Amino acid sequence: MFHHSLRQLVLPLACLIAGAACAQGEPIRVGAVLSVTGPVGFIGDPQQKTLELHVKRLNDQGGLLGRKVVLTVYDDQSDPNNANTFAKRLVESDKVDVLLGGTVSPPALAMVPYAERAGVPFVSTGGSLALVDPVKKWVFKTPHSDRMVAERILQDMKERGIQQIALLTETSGFGQSGKKEVHAAAAKFGITVVGEESYGPKDTDITPQLTRLRGLQGAQAMLIFCGAGTSPAMAIKNYAQMGLKLPVYMPHAAVNQEFIKLGGAATEGVRMPTTGFVVPEALPASDPQKAPSLDYYRSYKEAYKQDASPFGGNVADALAIAVDGIRRAGSTDRAKVRDAIESTNGLVGLNGIFTMSGTDHNGLKPESLRIVEVRSGRFELVK
Amino acid sequence: MISELLQFLFSGLTVGAMYALAALGYALIYNASHIVNFAQGEFIMLGAMTATAFVEAGCGLPLAISLAIAISVLAGIGMERLAIRPARGAPLVTLLIITLGVALVIRGAVQVTLGKGNHMLPAFSGDAPIHLGGATMVPQSLWVLGISVLVVVLLAWYFGRTVSGKAMLATSHNRLAAELVGISTQRVLLASFALSGGLGAIGGVITAPITFTSYDAGVVLGLKGFAAAALGGIGSGPGAIVGGLLLGVIESLAAGYVSAPYKDAVAFILILLVLMFMPRGLFGAKVTERV
Repeated sequence: MFHHSLRQLVLPLACLIAGAACAQGEPIRVGAVLSVTGPVGFIGDPQQKTLELHVKRLNDQGGLLGRKVVLTVYDDQSDPNNANTFAKRLVESDKVDVLLGGTVSPPALAMVPYAERAGVPFVSTGGSLALVDPVKKWVFKTPHSDRMVAERILQDMKERGIQQIALLTETSGFGQSGKKEVHAAAAKFGITVVGEESYGPKDTDITPQLTRLRGLQGAQAMLIFCGAGTSPAMAIKNYAQMGLKLPVYMPHAAVNQEFIKLGGAATEGVRMPTTGFVVPEALPASDPQKAPSLDYYRSYKEAYKQDASPFGGNVADALAIAVDGIRRAGSTDRAKVRDAIESTNGLVGLNGIFTMSGTDHNGLKPESLRIVEVRSGRFELVK
Repeated sequence: MISELLQFLFSGLTVGAMYALAALGYALIYNASHIVNFAQGEFIMLGAMTATAFVEAGCGLPLAISLAIAISVLAGIGMERLAIRPARGAPLVTLLIITLGVALVIRGAVQVTLGKGNHMLPAFSGDAPIHLGGATMVPQSLWVLGISVLVVVLLAWYFGRTVSGKAMLATSHNRLAAELVGISTQRVLLASFALSGGLGAIGGVITAPITFTSYDAGVVLGLKGFAAAALGGIGSGPGAIVGGLLLGVIESLAAGYVSAPYKDAVAFILILLVLMFMPRGLFGAKVTERV
């Protein structure tokens, strides 16, 4: 109580002294729960850096609605239980106006029940379709969902006349939901899965499973539905070792330089769907995503002296959507902000162009996924 | 059919050799002190991570590997001096918890200094697979198997033919008696930590081209190594080797013939069965109770 009244007294005073430079009123509070350490720390760490950088840039440009933006980040250590606790702490003690994060699907899903109950707009960065299907009133998400990714891969196979595929999936949540989506959508594209195997994300040898898939008759392509980390590189190295020659498809989780660095020559020719943002140099100059993507990489490198990770784009988009929503709502009233986010229209983000609605809390179109192929150690767009 | 089986065996033996080296590290320290050193997996990770860091910094592969092994030996010595020795005389459970703490410290130090990314060491002699009877293996698998055999031979020579090796063996049989005949069990303990640090680093370095490495790679390796050591009979050298290879081959056969998601379960159930009937493992010391 005392602190509160003191702050009310001091703040205007400070404003008087500092003059115009001081933004008006209470700051706008943005809270994020990210997996900065732990197994997916390599995704959460660049996300935290991205958020800090983008909030700083926002404040340098005069803040939002003339108010300063304050960011609070908690590290859930890749544990969904922590994510839930921290979401609660952000809302109840830090009084945030909007929640971001849940670096990958499990922590993001763990934050959903609380965000729904408390009625706080939550822009998540998890890939799982379950975040927005069925639509949840307060929850939005920025990356493409596994269904869209699976369908985009199958569509590309169909265009190339591939009808029979072998499927290798990772036993992680992402790999298993990918497996489900592939099976659900395969018939629509006239594709049959002639054989399937699975492997664990930490496995160090997948040749037994590949041996079984090698024995299949009639498979024309191999779809390896892997998560991020070492698992795609491990799969592709074993694949090359076995002398298998079928074209290989992987989901967008494998699109990062680490995959090429770890997998080496074995990664040549692997095809995967991804957003234009991951391969900005390959985009035509007329593409609306080219400039913001290049700007993202450049500013990140300038600030941190290291290359940006594509995973940072998900959280940059989450912040952009929240900021856009608050700006259009003209206040931080949670209900108004939620309504404004739901009516996001044509917002050019890094993952694509977001146009949300009451039935679509992701807002991306399948066309925003493009197929890239590894050629001479680089991801290149294929027509 | 035969080529399939051959492929599963290649895969199993390579992975198994990895487990065997980890299990040997456990055996060394267990023998000298009856401590189960839960930081053993971190020695493996430390060796692999420092070697990749040196290679990425521009060192040649042989130099990087030597430096990595040296660092892990130092880590082993440091662990004994700074963590185990000050707690001398504490109950075994306390010492065990101390090793868990050391594991966290090593993991944390690597995470802070070398980052959270995944790394790979270049293969010692290229990536072109070797074809044999319809199955394939990478040349690095031969390195792993060969060096594992070499390590075992060297250890056998050390324990059978050198005074310090025999001192270590004597300490493992009866600590008090060893002290009475003038063996410095303190130095034996130090040597065993240094040795298992070095052993861990060797294991890490030779497998890193196949498995990749990251700051948290030691957890799984440590666990599998411990399972292998328990299967073979903790404290037994031959037991560690057999336990490791057996575990690797069982896993690979289970993945190939049963079902990949259950391969760990199959392996661990077999271990449970073995331990149920032979509680001291396949090669564990026979204990006779005096009445």
